[in-house]
Amino acid sequence: MTADPRARRFEQLVMPHLDSAYNLARWLTRNDADAQDVVQEACMRAFKYFDGFDGQYATAWLLKIVRNTCYSWLKENRPAEEMLALDDDLNEIDRDQAAMAINASGLGRSPEELVGIRRDTERLNRAIEMLPPPYREILILREMDDLSYREIAEIVGVPIGTVMSRLARARGQLQAALRNSAVGSVAS
Amino acid sequence: MRCEDFETIRDLYLDCELDHTTVAQIDAHLLLCATCRIAHEQARALQNELRSDARRYRAPPLLHERIRGAIAPRPRAFANLRHLASGWNPIAIAASLMLTITLSSGITADYLAVAKDNRVVDDVIASHIRSLMADHLIDVASSDRHTVKPWFSGKIDMSPPAVDLGASGFALVGGRLDYVDERPCAALVYRHDKHVINVLMWAHDAGNGTTTESYSRQGYNLIHVAADALDYWIVSDLHQGELNEFVSRLLMAARDSDGAG
Repeated sequence: MTADPRARRFEQLVMPHLDSAYNLARWLTRNDADAQDVVQEACMRAFKYFDGFDGQYATAWLLKIVRNTCYSWLKENRPAEEMLALDDDLNEIDRDQAAMAINASGLGRSPEELVGIRRDTERLNRAIEMLPPPYREILILREMDDLSYREIAEIVGVPIGTVMSRLARARGQLQAALRNSAVGSVAS
Repeated sequence: MRCEDFETIRDLYLDCELDHTTVAQIDAHLLLCATCRIAHEQARALQNELRSDARRYRAPPLLHERIRGAIAPRPRAFANLRHLASGWNPIAIAASLMLTITLSSGITADYLAVAKDNRVVDDVIASHIRSLMADHLIDVASSDRHTVKPWFSGKIDMSPPAVDLGASGFALVGGRLDYVDERPCAALVYRHDKHVINVLMWAHDAGNGTTTESYSRQGYNLIHVAADALDYWIVSDLHQGELNEFVSRLLMAARDSDGAG
């Protein structure tokens, strides 16, 4: 808390959206410490450019900064994911291969999670984590933050048509992954 | 409406992105077409599952603190004034200041001490908050005092007692140089569970004897000890009790290590 009116306004307008910001960063970095660093850096940027913010749609304004900070971070720390994330020109085969590479590396992280029958919510969370970042972020913005296509397009910086096609692919991949892992857990 | 038409806008229908007329057309189609109806129900089931079951992460309290501390490095002790003094009426502020001091007469001494050492306390908290940011915690990362202690030599005009208190649950994680009250100082970093403790210290310029003061600001607890020709400032989000325990162990071990050479 502070007497500085600028910091007070930031506190009122922006800080209420910190959970959304952290949620997005946490899902994109898949790690608590990294998500905290990204959100802190994003908030510092937001505060720096706060005078240019018109006070409208604070969620979208903050999430856009968080999202861009996330991608800078991914570019530096996880270049394989970032390549996939930023290159919209990748064809479907490259995209699927990259997704499979990420899936394989992700699965290697916790072997104990691969055995036994998993609870449904764990399966669901795992399946979201396995989505390529451009699909994952759109799904999170749509289903967890309940944002409209227009708001998502603004945050991600793509046309609404791209939001629609990515969302459809995200849902399709998620549906397929859940079906596959259901089959896998019955078999094991 | 044909099935192919519905397929292209199925997500828009699910996400309420369509106008009323189109929605009515789809409603009519779904009544007649079981295939499209099942496809839509599956999509809606997935959406419901995502909204109700998928994990939503909440920002940890420490993150709130870090950001607040970084954008508004101000004393929390005075935050309650604003609630009492709505509108920044000077008389109201004066009245609430009196009220605050009266109500908290038990810690009045703390308030006065805070005023006296305001700049140092602000610097110490700022140093602590900076240290919580990524990669700013330590310049020399080691739990071995024989690594940490020599690292400071030549960098600063004192030898910090880098003692490991791991056996008591306070593990030494490293040290760094910092800058407080317009002078360079040595910082030792300890961890207790998930809490970080910063010990800032510099050569003490006033007499002998030991004095101890405690502060509580911005959600952090601080202890200032002047002892053995050193000024120590210990800062953490640990409870005051635990921090007191840490400080007494630190001082005891520092004296022992001095005695041992």
